[in-house]
Amino acid sequence: MIISIASGKGGTGKTTVAANLAVALKDLDVQLLDCDVEEPNAHLFLKPDMCSGSEVFAEVPEIDENRCSHCGKCQELCMFNAIAVLPQAVLTFKELCHSCGGCFMVCPENAVMAGRRLLGKVEKGTRGNLHFTHGVLRVGEAMAPPLIRKVRATGNGHQVVIVDAPPGTSCPVIAAIRGSDYVLLVTEPTPFGLNDLELAVGAARCLRLPVGIVINRSDLGDRRIHDFARKENLPVLLEIPFDRHVAEVYARGDLLVEVVPQWHAMMRSLFEKIVSNLREWKQSQ
Amino acid sequence: MKELVVISGKGGTGKTSIVGAFAALTAGKVLCDADVDAANLHLLMRPRIRERHDFRSGHKAVIDEQRCIQCGDCLERCRFDAISASFSVDPLSCEGCGVCVHFCPTGAIDFPESLCGEWYSSNSRFGPLIHARLGIAEENSGKLVTLVRKQARSLAENLSVDLILTDGPPGTGCPVIASIGGASAVLIVSEPTVSGVHDLERVGNLAECFGVPVMVCVNKADLYWDAVKEIERLCQARGYPIVGRIPFDPAFTRSQVEGMTIIEYGDVPGKAALEELWEKVRLQLDRINQ
Repeated sequence: MIISIASGKGGTGKTTVAANLAVALKDLDVQLLDCDVEEPNAHLFLKPDMCSGSEVFAEVPEIDENRCSHCGKCQELCMFNAIAVLPQAVLTFKELCHSCGGCFMVCPENAVMAGRRLLGKVEKGTRGNLHFTHGVLRVGEAMAPPLIRKVRATGNGHQVVIVDAPPGTSCPVIAAIRGSDYVLLVTEPTPFGLNDLELAVGAARCLRLPVGIVINRSDLGDRRIHDFARKENLPVLLEIPFDRHVAEVYARGDLLVEVVPQWHAMMRSLFEKIVSNLREWKQSQ
Repeated sequence: MKELVVISGKGGTGKTSIVGAFAALTAGKVLCDADVDAANLHLLMRPRIRERHDFRSGHKAVIDEQRCIQCGDCLERCRFDAISASFSVDPLSCEGCGVCVHFCPTGAIDFPESLCGEWYSSNSRFGPLIHARLGIAEENSGKLVTLVRKQARSLAENLSVDLILTDGPPGTGCPVIASIGGASAVLIVSEPTVSGVHDLERVGNLAECFGVPVMVCVNKADLYWDAVKEIERLCQARGYPIVGRIPFDPAFTRSQVEGMTIIEYGDVPGKAALEELWEKVRLQLDRINQ
């Protein structure tokens, strides 16, 4: 079972829920995938023993000037302006390339060679029997989705896979949550929280995935998330009131399930609710 | 003309609340919401939309059943697994590269331009606002960011104002890169948590990559002083001026619920901190020659 944890708005508590949920399910075979590759944070809380890492590259064109006839077909095909064919030379702009492979296919002289651009790295580790993988986007790299897909591809063979998704609702979020069984949206009861929750629900519905809601800092706002959930027939699985002590434990980088006794039971019950909500959803389909 | 872009790396540190407060504290500027993926500034500005424009960018492949002979050439060539065995294109997976369109032997694949969102030119009680809404699950957020910033700049030129306040997106990827290129300075809103420190370091590296001067403020500073000290050490080592320490103040949430900036909300600690912050940001901006 793959559970994605997303939010739309940043800073609502995705990583807190993902890391604590993963640790609370000690008796299961769990893998946590941190897919917020622009700002991965889950490792700061889990402090896993990292055992392997590999760099991830995008394939980009390099032109063999000896073969190139400057016909311009590659430039014409490229939708991303990554190749400029000049009378005397061909310029490639690696950072604009989406690795579609079109230039390799269209070149009549076989003058396009495989070069590469570093996207970032994928690292793996463990914490007890919890398996952990995250992606770290190279600072300066614009395209997160190919690296997110690499992280996601490592997520198989485990009983429960928890995906910590990036904020927002555009392509990086879709790359993180697609193919999962359930989307848990962590929000807060404020205008910003609701606005972005609506967008995130839209993204999950785009992928036809079942959605449950966690309301964090549930007492620092109003009832607008409840009203929305009722209207849209979405279950509110957990409400977490603001607690200064909890905020401090988080700030230090400690796991709440290990410091605040009720968090363990809270995460277990959240998991049970996800499982039963998913079952209901499947039956209704 | 100066443009201050407020970013954070980590999401939810208070970027929009701070931009909203700055908007209330200064006259003669254009506001710009560059967080097109999950725009929020309009919820504080409650603007009246003056102009609404479609944002079209990129293309998506569409296979015409009538002309398709199911030869499988497109399936083989597509690197994004966007074409199903029954020869339909999944628009969420289609990268818009046009490879299938180019090579289709019967010319059965159309390639219409996509409508990815909308952008708006609006008026608010704190002056003009350029903002946008990217369609759900859409790509090209970087291009929309570039567009709204360009529109904000040309509006500022027309109105002869010399300041643009831009609310930026979280992260370090494509929309952030599009938000900070060519800006006069970035204000990074950090928070005293292990994630806040980690993300400040990364987004600071990004700003340095693009040669944009950095200043830093720490929000919710009284939540964990040890991390504030760590942020201070980091900033000192890198030469980032710290322009403010804002206390945790539930009035930020309460004012947001009322659709107000903290400045309008009343005499709360957050208001005083933001007034001081804006003074210091102003001084830093004045030092930057452009």
